Amino acid sequence: MSMTSLLAITPWPAVSAVILLALLVVALYLARRTAHQAIRAVTDALGRGLRLASHAVARGEERLAARNREVLLSAGREAKERIVEREFVRVGDSVRKDLANYPTLHRALSESIVRIEEDQEKAVEVPPEAPGWVQAVKVIANLDAKNGGTEILEDIHKSMIRAHSEAMDDYRKASGERHALLRKMMPDWRQIQETLGRVNKNVESVLERALAIDRHMQEYDDIVKGEDRAVSILSSSSLVYFFVSALVLSVAAAGAAINFTLIARPMAEMVGGTSFIGNFRTADIAALVIIMVEISMGLFLMESLRITRLFPVISALSDKMRRRMMFVTFVILLLMASIEAGLAYMREVLLQDELATSALLRGDGVAGTVNEHLWITTAAQMGMGFILPFALVFVAIPLETFIHSLRTVLGLIGIGIMRAVSLILRVFGNGMRHIGTLAERLYDLPLFVPLWIETRVAANQNQPPLPEEPRSPAWQEQEAQS
Amino acid sequence: MSRTTRYRRTAAWGLVLMLAACGQVNVPRNTGLYLLIDTSGTYNRQVSKAEQIILVALSKLQPSDSFAVARIDTASFTEKNIIAKATFDDRPSTANQQKRAFASRVEKFIDESAPAPFTDITGGLLQAIEFLKEKNPGHKEILIFSDMKEDLAKGYVRNIPLDLKGFDVVALNVTKLRSDNFDPREYMSRLDSWKTKVEKGGGHFRVINDIDRLDGLL
Repeated sequence: MSMTSLLAITPWPAVSAVILLALLVVALYLARRTAHQAIRAVTDALGRGLRLASHAVARGEERLAARNREVLLSAGREAKERIVEREFVRVGDSVRKDLANYPTLHRALSESIVRIEEDQEKAVEVPPEAPGWVQAVKVIANLDAKNGGTEILEDIHKSMIRAHSEAMDDYRKASGERHALLRKMMPDWRQIQETLGRVNKNVESVLERALAIDRHMQEYDDIVKGEDRAVSILSSSSLVYFFVSALVLSVAAAGAAINFTLIARPMAEMVGGTSFIGNFRTADIAALVIIMVEISMGLFLMESLRITRLFPVISALSDKMRRRMMFVTFVILLLMASIEAGLAYMREVLLQDELATSALLRGDGVAGTVNEHLWITTAAQMGMGFILPFALVFVAIPLETFIHSLRTVLGLIGIGIMRAVSLILRVFGNGMRHIGTLAERLYDLPLFVPLWIETRVAANQNQPPLPEEPRSPAWQEQEAQS
Repeated sequence: MSRTTRYRRTAAWGLVLMLAACGQVNVPRNTGLYLLIDTSGTYNRQVSKAEQIILVALSKLQPSDSFAVARIDTASFTEKNIIAKATFDDRPSTANQQKRAFASRVEKFIDESAPAPFTDITGGLLQAIEFLKEKNPGHKEILIFSDMKEDLAKGYVRNIPLDLKGFDVVALNVTKLRSDNFDPREYMSRLDSWKTKVEKGGGHFRVINDIDRLDGLL
């Protein structure tokens, strides 16, 4: 039924419109309660669904956060264990080295002390005293001069002077010898001082290491206890490691790209320049494979050296096997680097050949001109071809850090996204309630006349108007929860 | 879906992808180029310009591409008319050597070229089609360095449909004849007739008259 036919129910369209409007208002008024219930049911259902989804996402976020925390603590624990282990190894090495030197040290000290003791004993010896003439002189002095006491005294005097002179000589000689002995002690004293200084230095170094171990053990203890501070430190460290390792990896990727450029052209000589695998040239794929093999060898070398720990199987190998693996991977890398140097040289040769052909085809005489400094670029290319594979070995270190930190960073990003989604769902869920109320009000807007009449009638009859539809218990629960 | 079924399905998909990849490997990506040089009558004086085209083509061709240069004379449907032909090696260095050798052969021909009394373009085209079909390159292109005025000797039948499906035919340096100057419609109708002939055979026809601008070539 069209609008024109509806307006034709009376001869006057305006009257028809008024009648239709009145009928519509009456119909809406009669259906008001049911319509409000329907609006509330829809908005309640939507709001409840959204809130439920928000709770689910929030729970997921909590689980992810817990998992991320576990991962972070586990990684931190492992890293600390490694650091502490290394510190212990260093202390062990230091102690072993010092203990190995200890017998020599002890012997040197003992010998020095024995020598000093001997010299000391020798230095203690004093020269014999002058003979005891005093008693004899006293007796003779009491004798009578007639009995020749004077001559005797003179003889004694002379003898005394002589004895004194001899005693003085002996004393001087003995003193000289003692001084010589004391002088001889000086190097021994110095040696003892130096030895003890060395011992002191070693002990101090061990003490410093012990302090570092104490600090690491404290941090390790915090991690094991799962303290928030430890998690916070680990989290920020992880982010820093992630960005730093990503930066270093991008530099390494640039290096690999240069390496690729160096060997892709000459590879065409080996595998053909026009064969394709999928949409990629076989020569390009071959060059890429060589670079990937080099990086893999670098990884294995780093694993064998126990610098990185990406493959537990390699770390668990016996030392003998690891040494063999180290040797094999190094030899392969050396061969690869040599091949690359050769390919880099070949590249230059091919480039010259191509330039010569192009010049010939263009018909200019540039082909005959040879740059005398060409050897510099050739040598540089060869050098780069040889060095880059070894430089790429060190990619293993940032790669390991990147992989470990990536897990945490992805977890953090996931947590952030889930938190945002949960919030948005919650906001929409709450918004649904208000939308429901708004829809009810909008429904009532054209019904203002019957509603006003209803209010007036209710007032006249002293009866309260129809109460508002009570909210569903579910809403009340959710409000209480929020 | 059981685990075995899942594995089987994955394996089947893997096989399909591998086969698809292998299929792509076998698709030829090289180019086959055949240049016909008109040596008849007065056009023989233009032959030196053809060398420029050959050198440009040589510089653009890649390893594994095929290239042949043949002359158009009284009877062009013969291998004897092929001046130089080569399928360049897969290795770039060998391909460069081949290009140099090719260029020297062409140079020798240019120096020794003698004018022919008749012009058998269709015979040359048939020879080109045969050559390129045999080589089966990914992209087939025939260059005709001629005024496109066919002049057959008595007894030569050339009213043969050309199978040019997948071919690009390029007419180069189509000079105007004295009669064209009197009635340019002759020149246009000549080109139109060749275009119709080529397109009827399933090929694509175009004209490049400015040989200093051969960027569109290959």
